Amino acid sequence: MSELAPAEEAEIAVAVLAAHDAGEPLLVFGNGSKAGFLRPVQAARSLSLRNHAGITLYSPKELVISARAGTAMQALEAELARQGQHVIAEPPDLSALLGPNGATSQTLGGVVATNLSGPRRVAWGAMRDHVLGIRAVNGQGEVIRSGGRVLKNVTGLDLCKLLTGSYGTLAVLTEITLKVLPAPEAAGTVVLPGLDASGAVAAMSAALGSPYSVSAASWLPAEAAARVPELAGFGASVTVARIEDFAASVVYRTGRLRADLAGFGSGEILDDATSRAVWRAIGNARPLAVEAEEAIWRVSVRPSAGPDVVRAVGAIGGHSFLDWGGGLVWIAAPARESVHRAITTAARAAGGVWTLLRAPDALRAGLDVIPPEPASLAQITRRVKAAFDPKGILNPGRMYAGV
Amino acid sequence: MIPLPEPKANVLARRDAIVAGLRALLPESGVIAEELLLKPYETDGLAAYRQPPLAVVLPETTEQVAAVMAFCHRNGVRVIPRGAGTSLSGGALPLADAVVIGLMRMHRILEINYADRYAVVQAGVTNIGITQAVEGEGFFYAPDPSSQLACMIGGNVGMNSGGAHCLKYGVTANNLLGLKVVTVEGEVLDIGGTHLDAAGYDWLGLLTGSEGQLGIATEVTVRILRGPEGARAMLAAFRSNEVAGACVASIIGSGIIPVALEFMDKPAIHACEAFAHAGYPLDAEAMLIIEVEGSPAEQDDLLDRLKAICERHDPISLRVAASAEESAAIWKGRKGAFGAIGRISPDYLCMDGVIPTSRLPDVLHRIGEMGKEYRLQVANIFHAGDGNLHPLIMFDANDPDSLHRAEAFGADVLKLCVEVGGCLTGEHGVGVEKRDLMPVQFSALDLDQQRRIKSAFDPDWLLNPAKVFPLTTMTAPARAA
Repeated sequence: MSELAPAEEAEIAVAVLAAHDAGEPLLVFGNGSKAGFLRPVQAARSLSLRNHAGITLYSPKELVISARAGTAMQALEAELARQGQHVIAEPPDLSALLGPNGATSQTLGGVVATNLSGPRRVAWGAMRDHVLGIRAVNGQGEVIRSGGRVLKNVTGLDLCKLLTGSYGTLAVLTEITLKVLPAPEAAGTVVLPGLDASGAVAAMSAALGSPYSVSAASWLPAEAAARVPELAGFGASVTVARIEDFAASVVYRTGRLRADLAGFGSGEILDDATSRAVWRAIGNARPLAVEAEEAIWRVSVRPSAGPDVVRAVGAIGGHSFLDWGGGLVWIAAPARESVHRAITTAARAAGGVWTLLRAPDALRAGLDVIPPEPASLAQITRRVKAAFDPKGILNPGRMYAGV
Repeated sequence: MIPLPEPKANVLARRDAIVAGLRALLPESGVIAEELLLKPYETDGLAAYRQPPLAVVLPETTEQVAAVMAFCHRNGVRVIPRGAGTSLSGGALPLADAVVIGLMRMHRILEINYADRYAVVQAGVTNIGITQAVEGEGFFYAPDPSSQLACMIGGNVGMNSGGAHCLKYGVTANNLLGLKVVTVEGEVLDIGGTHLDAAGYDWLGLLTGSEGQLGIATEVTVRILRGPEGARAMLAAFRSNEVAGACVASIIGSGIIPVALEFMDKPAIHACEAFAHAGYPLDAEAMLIIEVEGSPAEQDDLLDRLKAICERHDPISLRVAASAEESAAIWKGRKGAFGAIGRISPDYLCMDGVIPTSRLPDVLHRIGEMGKEYRLQVANIFHAGDGNLHPLIMFDANDPDSLHRAEAFGADVLKLCVEVGGCLTGEHGVGVEKRDLMPVQFSALDLDQQRRIKSAFDPDWLLNPAKVFPLTTMTAPARAA
């Protein structure tokens, strides 16, 4: 495969225009750590953003940072940490799950293009909620902009949200501006051992429906808890709810929350360092027991439907755990079409959606890796794709076959 | 005055047949076509512009909206969606050949689910109506535009409305899970659901704030949040806009994100004080209202920290509320600001630009200079934490020259916002008002990309025409298939 990795936006535009004029598909990516998400792309040429890197604006007192799409996420987060700030949606590092490519550092562009958010999403929003501005090259090789570098902006159609999570199929993201926030001074976690999935979701709903600003809530069955060193000692399933705030507030709020949740069992409180380790592990999906040849899904449902999906996964011999208060089901199961069908059936029955994050190419090329859209919406999808990329050269087939 | 497009002669000529066709689709009271009865629909919150529509329909169900949309589409009739008509940018301004689809009869709350923290409501439910429906259980719907007593959630979705508390809680787009949307062809689409982060393209994000250009939302699934234990405000008065601006930067830099951080300049302080008698410091050049949340002890701690920060900026006075009542007194003037300005000026334009917060003192200074040039008074009220300015430009609509100067002044303020790195509108929308300023912020390529998306949803441009996009034609042919 011939690969381009230009450093400048103008060169990226030239490369896309050439592909447009030639009608040749381009595989668009950063470092390829998420190449296994959704469907494989068939393209003779590829365009990496990894050399288009660097922070272009950081104004901590205005809560904004701008960086080129190829900027390593770690570098961006390190720069924010120097000013005591963080990326609000807590994007995970899934390298442990994603195999050989996953070991390479993920880019800002990759995290935005996949709208990848972590445990804090349930309380503070997804990546798409904090993308304030973008620069991108559409499928005609034109540089387009949307949004800006201010915190509120409703000027024109919101292409920032449309391009976030579009997997490089509409335009090549070249620069992204994010809203950021001060990183909380401290974290604390209330742990309730021994609940089943239904009991856990009831406890998490009470926690997230409390006045204490719970910033994450997750349930790990016993075998998943055993994979997190700080939780293994409970020897049981654990339900965990996190508070992030000033240190004194964390002490106060975790105490109140434990008392409010007493009906679900006697809770323990994890300190700051332990909390941080536990939530890093949960965000990065370390509790998921997954064999090398197995497939991985994320299913998003209303929280109270999470346990139904967990039961359906158990029935086909898969493993799962819950994040987002029960609304996000992480699933590992044998990479077979029948298994995929069972999982998508369960997600549909729960009124939710699925995303296939890992499976062998031959299998995922033939599956609905995300839910197919009804005909009227699918028609809009095709028209909007054509409005950005009339020749269909950007990551064709990445999300839907034929789009 | 901003020009509106010529009505389509072939639509006006078929007026009676179109009205008869609409009457066949709706109950008798659901179609308004009499001149006198159309009058209330001829304008919205941008009251300087008035144009009665061809007809108004008041559907009660999504199916009726779909039937009207399909009928209008077949007949080439333009459609204007309308909620409560509170748009300050002329988002609901009719055209002479258009049918207004008013959603105020769709005011039912369909489902409330506390365990999963969402509510499903029809588009004509008021913003405050959602909070009132859930506050008995301690919950609320977060975005709180000033017009929240009247404005409807369908309009909030159309404009991606914000409010005083969005620094912490986000704007409308950040608080939605799903929409039921009727397309221009009359098809009903279910977008999102009751879960987070639908797979596929983010239609929810694109449709929110699309100002009725892509479809009409008839049902909205919103996130509801549990309220904090309590909230309390403080007031800090300063010797200059520069000092108050520096104090805002110090607060944000301290790691505290107050739930609200409102700024008022001297003319705004005086107008609000005369109206509300809130005890505002009349000797101050600028004033901040800062609100924090939590338990009483947490409030004390945060207010102490904020007080210490304010004290480093040589304040004229600091007033920390000791109770919910004292907080309400501090907010009283700010919340009555529009009424207060209305009392000292027959008319005003409320602008809505956004600037990088570091540019605040400079921008306020230049707005003051412009006011002198245009011989018009201006009071500045804004959401300081996120840089969303609301200059209130006072004029007299009975004096055409005064209106003309006010519009030119407003346009200059918005150009200034863009020039310093900001944008034309933070929460009111482009509408008619800022339509022709779009090229100040966007390149021709940027605008053409947006127009092609519009064409993908609405190939004949029947939905809320003459809004958002300048009336000029595209610089490149539409490429949407």
